[in-house]
Amino acid sequence: MAKTQPVKLSAADSPVPGDPKARQTGWIRNEIRLLRKNRELLILALPGILFKLVIAYLPMIGLILAFKNFRYDRGIFGSEWVGFRNFEFLFKAEDAYRIIRNTLLYNFAYIITGTIAALLLALLLNELSGRLMKIYQTVLFLPFFLSMVLVGYIGNAFLDFENGFANKVLAFLGFPEHNWYLETTPWMYILPLIALWKGVGFSTLVYYAGMTGISTEYYEAAKLDGATRIQMMARITLPLLKPLVIILFILGLGNIFRGDFGLHYFIPNNVGPNFPTTDIIDTYVYRALTKLGDINSAAAVGFLQSFVGLVTVVSANYIVRRIDRDNALF
Amino acid sequence: MTLKSNNWFINAFFIVVCLLIVAPFILVVSISLSSEDSLFEYGYQFIPRVWSGEAYRIVFEKPDTILRGYGVTIMITIIGTFLSLMLTALMAYPISRRDFRYNRPLTFYVFFTMLFNGGLIPFYILMTQYLHLKNSLAALIIPALMSPFNIMIMKGFLDKISPEIVESAKIDGAREFRIFFRIILPLSTPALATLGLFIAFGYWNEWYNALLFIDNDKYIPLQLLLVRILSQAEFLANSPMAQVSDKLQFAQFPTLSVRMAMAIVASGPMLLVFPFFQKYFVKGITVGSLKG
Repeated sequence: MAKTQPVKLSAADSPVPGDPKARQTGWIRNEIRLLRKNRELLILALPGILFKLVIAYLPMIGLILAFKNFRYDRGIFGSEWVGFRNFEFLFKAEDAYRIIRNTLLYNFAYIITGTIAALLLALLLNELSGRLMKIYQTVLFLPFFLSMVLVGYIGNAFLDFENGFANKVLAFLGFPEHNWYLETTPWMYILPLIALWKGVGFSTLVYYAGMTGISTEYYEAAKLDGATRIQMMARITLPLLKPLVIILFILGLGNIFRGDFGLHYFIPNNVGPNFPTTDIIDTYVYRALTKLGDINSAAAVGFLQSFVGLVTVVSANYIVRRIDRDNALF
Repeated sequence: MTLKSNNWFINAFFIVVCLLIVAPFILVVSISLSSEDSLFEYGYQFIPRVWSGEAYRIVFEKPDTILRGYGVTIMITIIGTFLSLMLTALMAYPISRRDFRYNRPLTFYVFFTMLFNGGLIPFYILMTQYLHLKNSLAALIIPALMSPFNIMIMKGFLDKISPEIVESAKIDGAREFRIFFRIILPLSTPALATLGLFIAFGYWNEWYNALLFIDNDKYIPLQLLLVRILSQAEFLANSPMAQVSDKLQFAQFPTLSVRMAMAIVASGPMLLVFPFFQKYFVKGITVGSLKG
């Protein structure tokens, strides 16, 4: 340890594969030397590495359950292989079409409305300063810190058939009252609205934080050239924010097949009549697991969620990379 | 040269947005402070027709259940936040160091779990069959300890700390542990405060793992308590399958105002804490790219 150079912070000193120096000293010996040199940082990361190994990587082995007929007494490895039989229900049941369509459409709606609203709010927030701006920020952020359970209570305060505020307003305006929880159409608007209400503060803050990182020199120079505020937004702020928007967009796409369980479980109250427009893959799997005990179908769906998520992210990243290398996530 | 202005139009816009965001809170608070009779007569309203503190009296009359819920929630929040912050910082620091040999593979190791995972069933089987964590506080703490997104935020923050600081500490003979605990952690206060608050809220609001892993009354956190109250009340009120005897039982169930009072009692404390951390937020959140 001591005989290696004491301080080097550039990445250049880790030899690239194929470096002639590395070949000379021998690949293994060189690797051990580097391991020793990096061991302190590696030890710092070790708790996290082990934790991820057990909690995140071990369950990946369990993905083979999607191709097995699981029996508790036989365990994961003892259960018999059934090929793609667990996936069959997905192509037969009308449930399958419904839950996949709902998951995809809702997630698209959440990503698009969320991104546009957050960008707009962050741009406007960036125009303000002082005390009021801090207050707006705090208020925007507030719903982010509520549990979905509590949001379910709030939803109930509006949507309850007899006492809910929404029906009071409708009655006051002379419209017929709705039995919200037993209907389908309204949920297509209610759920995105609640998702926006709850999540927009967080995304706004992420974008706003990104904007504060932009050097003021750009704006000063633009101002000297006589640029208007709108021009500055369009020509400086937005382009410089593009990488951040793309990162969050790609990450959002990775979860396109994975829905917000809390939102779709507590807000529509988990009652059958609104399933056509509220049921998503996650709530379906949860019900399959808890009510029907159908571990096999649930495992198959879980497998698909992970698989599709990975494929979407990698392809989205690939496309971004082809267009503009610097904006790719990895 | 000032680059910012206080545009009245933008201010007006934000005031409207803020009112829309706050309104639902006011409605819930108002319901909890209304008398039960007035709720049945006039429905839910933004300003109580007949004020009453009755709901809160009922909640605190037999405080056993809610106090136990508080105990569980406070416990997992404190232990979980501390452990989670530690793990997050310990992981984010090495991968934020450009000169760390394994920085790319480890970054990939962490973020791959964000894109691909075993899914609910294998995770459930791991937790219950292999780690034997059903009905334990650990089942509420462990799953959320390490979130890739938090690591990304922490890494984004650490990226901005200049390498010269580390370099000069090394010249002074400090080793990595010392540098991490004495220099990096203190410099990271804004990020740690921001993430700490996120994580603490995550634990305070924890219901998902509770729904999966807890059926013993001893370990029910506040949010699961709320889930049960709501789902039981809804079941009895709406289900055609509910028998007459169930309907009778419904009479003993928390009434409308009491339900909302419970919700406020369960969530209130954290919402009061939150504004005090606000000043750290903008400094603390920087979502960096994953490229090492």
